[in-house]
Amino acid sequence: MTAVRNEIRFLLNDREERLSAIRSSDNLLDHLRLSRRLRGTKEGCAEGDCGACTVLVGRRVGEGLVYEPVNACIRLMGSLDLTHVVTVEHLAGANGELHPVQQALVDHHGSQCGFCTPGFVMSLYGLWMRNSRPSVAEIEEALQGNLCRCTGYQPIIEAARSIEGSPAEDKLAAERADVLARLAAMDDGARVEIRTGEDEVIVPASVDDLAEVLASRPKATVVAGSTDVGLWITKLMRNISPAVFIAHLSGLKGVEVTPEGVTIGAGVSYDEFQSVLDAEFPHLSEYWRRIGGWQVRAMGTVGGNVANGSPIGDTPPALIALGATVTLRKGAERRTLPLEAYFIAYGKQDREPGEFVEALHVPKPAAGSLDAAYKVSKRREEDISAVACGFHVELDGNRVKVARLAYGGMAATPKRAAAAEAALIGRPWALDTVAAAEAAIVQDFQPLSDWRASAGYRARVAANLLRRFYLETAGETVRLVRETA
Amino acid sequence: MNKQMDNVAADAGIRGGVHLSQRHDSAHKHVTGLAEYTDDIPEPAGTLHAYLGLSDRAHAEIVSIDFDAVRAAPGVVGVLTAADVPGSNDISPVGKHDDPLFAEGKVEFHGQQMFAVIAETRDQARRAAKLAKVEYRDLPFVTDVAEAVSADYPYVTDPLKLERGEVEPAMAAAPRRLKGAMRVGGQDHFYLEGHIAFAFPGEDDEVTVYSSTQHPSEVQHMVAHVLGVPSNAVTIIVRRMGGGFGGKETQPNIFASITALAAKKYHRAVKLRPDRDDDMVATGKRHDFLNEYEVGFDEDGRVLAVDGVFAARCGFSADLSGAVTDRALFHADNSYYYPAVRLVSRPMKTNTVSNTAFRGFGGPQGLIIAERIMEEIAYALGKDPLEVRRVNFYGDGERNVTPYHQTVTDCIIERVVDELVESADYQARRQAVLDWNAKGGVIRKGIAISTVKFGISFTATWYNQAGALVHVYSDGSVHLNHGGTEMGQGLFTKVAQVVADVFQIDLDRVKITATTTAKVPNTSATAASSGSDLNGMAAENAAQQIKDRLIDFAAEKYSVDREQVVFQPNAVLIGNRRVSFDDFIKEAYIARVHLSAAGFYKTPDIHWDRAAGKGRPFYYFAYGAACSEVSVDTLTGEYVVDRADVLHDVGRSLNPAVDKGQVEGAFVQGMGWLTTEELWWDDKGRLRTHAPSTYKIPLAGDRPAIFNVKLAEWSVNKEPTIRRSKAVGEPPFMLPISVLEALSMAVASVADYRECPRLDAPATPERVLKAIDRLGGREA
Repeated sequence: MTAVRNEIRFLLNDREERLSAIRSSDNLLDHLRLSRRLRGTKEGCAEGDCGACTVLVGRRVGEGLVYEPVNACIRLMGSLDLTHVVTVEHLAGANGELHPVQQALVDHHGSQCGFCTPGFVMSLYGLWMRNSRPSVAEIEEALQGNLCRCTGYQPIIEAARSIEGSPAEDKLAAERADVLARLAAMDDGARVEIRTGEDEVIVPASVDDLAEVLASRPKATVVAGSTDVGLWITKLMRNISPAVFIAHLSGLKGVEVTPEGVTIGAGVSYDEFQSVLDAEFPHLSEYWRRIGGWQVRAMGTVGGNVANGSPIGDTPPALIALGATVTLRKGAERRTLPLEAYFIAYGKQDREPGEFVEALHVPKPAAGSLDAAYKVSKRREEDISAVACGFHVELDGNRVKVARLAYGGMAATPKRAAAAEAALIGRPWALDTVAAAEAAIVQDFQPLSDWRASAGYRARVAANLLRRFYLETAGETVRLVRETA
Repeated sequence: MNKQMDNVAADAGIRGGVHLSQRHDSAHKHVTGLAEYTDDIPEPAGTLHAYLGLSDRAHAEIVSIDFDAVRAAPGVVGVLTAADVPGSNDISPVGKHDDPLFAEGKVEFHGQQMFAVIAETRDQARRAAKLAKVEYRDLPFVTDVAEAVSADYPYVTDPLKLERGEVEPAMAAAPRRLKGAMRVGGQDHFYLEGHIAFAFPGEDDEVTVYSSTQHPSEVQHMVAHVLGVPSNAVTIIVRRMGGGFGGKETQPNIFASITALAAKKYHRAVKLRPDRDDDMVATGKRHDFLNEYEVGFDEDGRVLAVDGVFAARCGFSADLSGAVTDRALFHADNSYYYPAVRLVSRPMKTNTVSNTAFRGFGGPQGLIIAERIMEEIAYALGKDPLEVRRVNFYGDGERNVTPYHQTVTDCIIERVVDELVESADYQARRQAVLDWNAKGGVIRKGIAISTVKFGISFTATWYNQAGALVHVYSDGSVHLNHGGTEMGQGLFTKVAQVVADVFQIDLDRVKITATTTAKVPNTSATAASSGSDLNGMAAENAAQQIKDRLIDFAAEKYSVDREQVVFQPNAVLIGNRRVSFDDFIKEAYIARVHLSAAGFYKTPDIHWDRAAGKGRPFYYFAYGAACSEVSVDTLTGEYVVDRADVLHDVGRSLNPAVDKGQVEGAFVQGMGWLTTEELWWDDKGRLRTHAPSTYKIPLAGDRPAIFNVKLAEWSVNKEPTIRRSKAVGEPPFMLPISVLEALSMAVASVADYRECPRLDAPATPERVLKAIDRLGGREA
């Protein structure tokens, strides 16, 4: 029987928090601003899209501490157990002197109205600690989740290029051993259960414990990165109790690479998977960096993106094209099914009450296969796809042997283009074959019109992306490249 | 930047004088999180929270509202409706009585405020507001401007006509003619700090409201109007806003009025901060326009006649739509001389939120048509659009009268463009773009130069006044207050630099204080780019009054001529005696010199006869030009802005770093307007792009990959403005029209530039691809 405690424990800057009265929907931003009156962290959108509330959350990984930028507005309190929350108030020195990140922004006129600035400070701080001499492209990537409406970003980029000081001598580095010791001392290996009236927060102690918790609460809301669930609360004011928080579970954080493929625990964030992906599936490198902003990629999980069954999730098309499978677990029982079979209908997945997504397995593409994934959105970065797709083609000589063309944004679920695939199979990989497959797309999909795109545009782009794929395999220049100064 | 100026000032001695790149006065507070915004003010015990109840119909009669469930919800203290308004239930900023604080009897757009819930916490108020049971009787509605025109929907305010010369004969005689139309989208302000107000009840009829507003005096008057009390009972305070861009000119009236009403009713402090989605649904935006134009021109591309109609989606009420649509017409010429011209506005009523001020104030939506006309002519004649622009520039001494009969006497656009063409290497790069496109292929490129001439002054002439209050305390420290508001644009810094310069003291001796109606009354909105022009002059006037008294005092006391009293850096030289500024002030205080002054300024020489369409509405013009290059994916319509070069005129800059920041920020914000920012209404009249998840403003990675922004350092305002500077807030917003026209060129390449693609704005990837397909770029 797992030990149970009735409070969450974490560090907020220098201070230890032990909270026994949190509710499932309580978010970190309100805790900072309303309970602790730390008002440097701002609310801009309450949906994880503007970055004004960016703070760092540190957690123990192996022997070390990893700090990640998160949107405090959609980071739920239940997910903070055994972490170190760092807000903008923690940066200034003992005598109030500015941190090098702050000083650089001042020196380069990087703030105008200043409301977004604490969020920029925290994202740049997170970047600087990992990479104190970033390129412009790396800075832009780190700032995908931070909106500024005043400066046009130019002075912020210039500031980020000229931050002085050494991360190794920084405050967070200096206090690392102490923080680790304090976090370790809080860690009693217990499950957290907090009940307030009918509201229930559960933080399982392990994956086995999660299985047990869900068996007894089959209707619980499983919360991983809360990049989607967070909005159910802040925008829809929905009740998510009982809520089970899983992002901390090391048993769901595994990434196993074998010659056959890669197995990813359901709790692996987009960000954590990036380096493995760059090595094993390089065709997804750029695509992956266009999912959300850095905060969302640091919080959001691949498993969660699959589990919630959204028709516009970015990972399913790419993974379905690669022939990925998903492993579901209920109690001690596991079953594995092709990822595409998991998505049944809009809002309906092949997941029973009490069952949870445990892992994904992505086979290595066959030698010589043609693979690509593309995303089209109104804004290039930190936007939800109008159309996303993953393509996988294997050739026998010049003839198409295997074709998996998977699309998101085109139907009520992520879906393969069966007619288009059929138009390719057995035919030469050539322009007229591809043109025939493009024409078949209209049989495969009847997309919707909404604010992201019209049905006509979606259909047109779905076909054109197949054309892009072909042209790219033929060596043509088909991609936009942003070359910064 | 401006090394030379830095050195001059360094020699002169004070820290932070005028013409210096001086950091924003609050920069260190921005980066540490210590800058206090309205939501950061500590709440007194017992603070209540208000939340808006919004309609979910585009146009309907309100049959009944049942508040039982609302009142029974946890924490609810009360519900406010029109019946609770002791004064007038109207917040029309132009006195048209068409803008109810709470809808009565009917709602006219989806998202209109009908009531407010007051509760112990914000969360409780917000949840309870959803519990009202509203019975509606639906009425027909129109959301789109073209539909409004065809449905003969009424105007929300009087249209304007500008006319000069004989258009019909000139058009008929023109060797070439063409007609076109362009849809220009609206824009949400997306200030990072949303609307907020926080009211504190006072004695008798008094109330104090902290409001995130660009227009404290109007909020004051509106709160007084709603409460039925004189203006002297109401005090508005704003230290800073987290962005405004015009969105906080009239719209704060809603929030301030409701909190003031609740504060008086419940005798407790009351705060109201809507969620971002509600902020975006319930408050006005940039007007979108449907513009139709006919132009007659000759084979050189010289314009002979222009006939234009500018229809705007104004929303359900007038708000500022009259002045906004007027300003569209005032800028439909841009930098180009039209020998015969007729311009007409159509301020259309629609069942959408009432549109309002937004950086440029209608100017961009008019100006873009001048640029489009230049493009149209260029495509029709097969010329480089730059050549067409050049032959049409306003002249010096001739071809220099605007459609509103003001003579342009300060035109520097030719020099600006010449220098830009050189520094951006336009000709060679245009050739490279043509060569690239000639190879065919999926990725196409485009390059374009566009220009800006923007009129500075409120067209409502009486707004061109400002006040300031300067105190010098007996220790020599200075307290500065004026009617302008700080929304990030650096106004407070610039005005403080002026005061520091007058007294010749270091900038850090000047304390910049929150704008409040109790210190400087009857102020104008910080709008129309006028903040520094007006408040800088008013503050200089106040400081100069004190300085004059100090000179009189010193001259008399030490028996020297007034000319022998010289303010040196942090010191005063009186004859041969040099004393520190602080000691001198102490002496003056002991001698009972009045060390406080109220300053005032009104812009000279401007006048405007709207009925006649004639006058001098603008004191001067600001100029600029930009050259933008893009790459377009012809399979998806996606694009990147590869490079932008900007040369912009701010006269003699008060603060080059702040001004450059304004230019860069305006450029990227303008890019957003023309590219990815799309307002999208569904068939029920609901705005569906109402949060950053659906409404996409530019990111760091969207700004031009190479971005060279320069100020025209040689420019000096011909008019005696504050230190010969020029306004900077709005004019550069229109520079990224060059991005739109560069996208057009890339699109046009698929049909060998034979046709102007007539790309509407915003040019989302979808619109770009549609234009490519329309031109037959790729077989279906």
